[in-house]
Amino acid sequence: MTPAELVPVPYTWVLALSAVLFAIGVVGVLLRRNGIAIFLSLEIMLNSANLAFAAFAYRFAAGHATAGAALDGQIFIFFVIAVAAAEAAVGLALFIVFHRLKDSIDVDRANILRW
Amino acid sequence: MWAELAVVGVKLAFVLAVMLTTVPIMVWVERRGSALIQDRLGPNRVGPFGLLQPVIDVVKLLTKENLRPEGVKTFLYLLAPVIAIAISLSTFIAVPFGKDSGLELFGQPVDGFIVAPNLNIGVLYIFSIASLAVYSVVLAGWSSNNKFALFGGIRAAAQAISYELAMTVAVVGVLMSAGSLNLQQIVDAQTGTWLGSLPRWNVFPQLLGAVTFMVAVFAETNRLPFDLPEAEAELVAGYHTEYSSMGFAAFYMSEYLHMFVGASLITVLFFGGWNLPWIDIPLNGWAGALLSIAVFATKVALFMWFFVWVRWTLPRFRYDQLMALGWKVMIPLATLNILWVGVGLALGYF
Amino acid sequence: MVTYVFLAAAALAVIFAVLTVVPRDPMINVLSLVVLFFSMAAIFAILGMDFLAAIQVIVYSGAILVLFLFVIMLLNIREVEAFGSGRRWQALVGTLVAAGIGAMILVIAGLLLPEQGSVLPGVADIGTAVPIGKALVSTHLFAFEFITLLLVASIVGAVYLGKGEDR
Repeated sequence: MTPAELVPVPYTWVLALSAVLFAIGVVGVLLRRNGIAIFLSLEIMLNSANLAFAAFAYRFAAGHATAGAALDGQIFIFFVIAVAAAEAAVGLALFIVFHRLKDSIDVDRANILRW
Repeated sequence: MWAELAVVGVKLAFVLAVMLTTVPIMVWVERRGSALIQDRLGPNRVGPFGLLQPVIDVVKLLTKENLRPEGVKTFLYLLAPVIAIAISLSTFIAVPFGKDSGLELFGQPVDGFIVAPNLNIGVLYIFSIASLAVYSVVLAGWSSNNKFALFGGIRAAAQAISYELAMTVAVVGVLMSAGSLNLQQIVDAQTGTWLGSLPRWNVFPQLLGAVTFMVAVFAETNRLPFDLPEAEAELVAGYHTEYSSMGFAAFYMSEYLHMFVGASLITVLFFGGWNLPWIDIPLNGWAGALLSIAVFATKVALFMWFFVWVRWTLPRFRYDQLMALGWKVMIPLATLNILWVGVGLALGYF
Repeated sequence: MVTYVFLAAAALAVIFAVLTVVPRDPMINVLSLVVLFFSMAAIFAILGMDFLAAIQVIVYSGAILVLFLFVIMLLNIREVEAFGSGRRWQALVGTLVAAGIGAMILVIAGLLLPEQGSVLPGVADIGTAVPIGKALVSTHLFAFEFITLLLVASIVGAVYLGKGEDR
């Protein structure tokens, strides 16, 4: 275990960055009307979650007894990235269908259940 | 710390100098080479054998009027060629070009003739930077306020991402047999002989992977037969229609730089990097290093000539043929290569 | 020295996150997100996770955002609206919620013990491809295969949705 003075980047800083990015992402999702921009803010939020996982994996990487936690954290980030890719593909296909129907991607226009 | 920075600076300066001088040489090779293949004389008026032709070309490109059409989005329009050149230069820093047998410079170990040594994700780094090259094309097409440019941009981007997959999957065989993502270790794993007589280059056991990778590199660098995005007969000039003088020069340069990086990747991954074929001299000291750099340079030059040769020999693919080839032929072949290499490794042949 | 690189990457990340959310031009948003993902990859590399840094750039910047760019180009999306226009109540509530969540995480982070952490790679090569690869096919094999299925399902879904329903 490395004492705090020797660690170049305390993991709490990484968590703080993750919090700030999450907040920015939430603001984006709530306040934008452009569907693409909402999706991009969602990606920011997913990335901030990844950063949080990375921070804790980094915290537990010291010493080989708990190296498994570091590996699990990184594998979870890997899976989050894969799921984000799948979600982006389907979400953008949905946007294209929506655009075909309404000729706009303003999400305020998605206000009836049919058509 | 300053000595380390000085070593990196020297390597970086060397690489940049070589890459940037390769571009005018390739301009000359392309024009004389195409003339040779098409049974005509090339440029032969400026200097002996037309060797000063690239200089005149540069002067022409610099003194042309730098038009900016109405309606282009200035920031994106100017960013696109910058990204193109920056990406191609950044990719080369992870490619080893010589053998380092513990040499020292300014009192610091040289640590491998590679600008970014000991990058244990070397191959992935190269692919990650190369995948960003799509942005230059897309931005050029989008910001140009021109339908032909937009179509060229979309087609180029679709082609690039399709063949990126084939390229990455074709390399997996090499990674399996070398056991590492580090390019220096991949080159080191290709020394010696295989089956007694062939050099242990990855092209011989993994011919399918090598061919797939080479075709994918052709597609990634937008060279014929895959150069529909910039085809003159189809789309005016594709995504760089609205660029003149320096902007066009930047795209032109970036194409040759991408070709250089592609050729050096083919050399390093499949043709043994800086290893001599059958001769087994120990490459020690600075003399050995220079010999290994010369061998690497020769192989890269041969592949650059191969790029030019193929360009002036084969006709262009149509867009749907291109996409069908990328998705329906290249990716299955690359996957088959993984199977082949896996079986070979398990049975002990590779 | 590494601390400064981290701080620079973090500052870049925050600036470009704001640039992703606030400007109206969708191209600027996507390009800022590319820079954001790059700085996140830099942070992963600082924390010793090289493989993830490369994967982050390849998958996020090189594939997902290219998909976004394609959709923007195909649908010819120009600027739609001003930030927060027509949503004054939601603007207020949203900003408060975001600030609240951010503050909560910061407080929790501040209460955590800062003493653990690893030194940079070299001590434990846990961030390279080999240990991650081994773990993926041994401990996490089920999740790995399941993600494969998920990706195939999403490809099929996206192709079906994109083709249109009159086939």
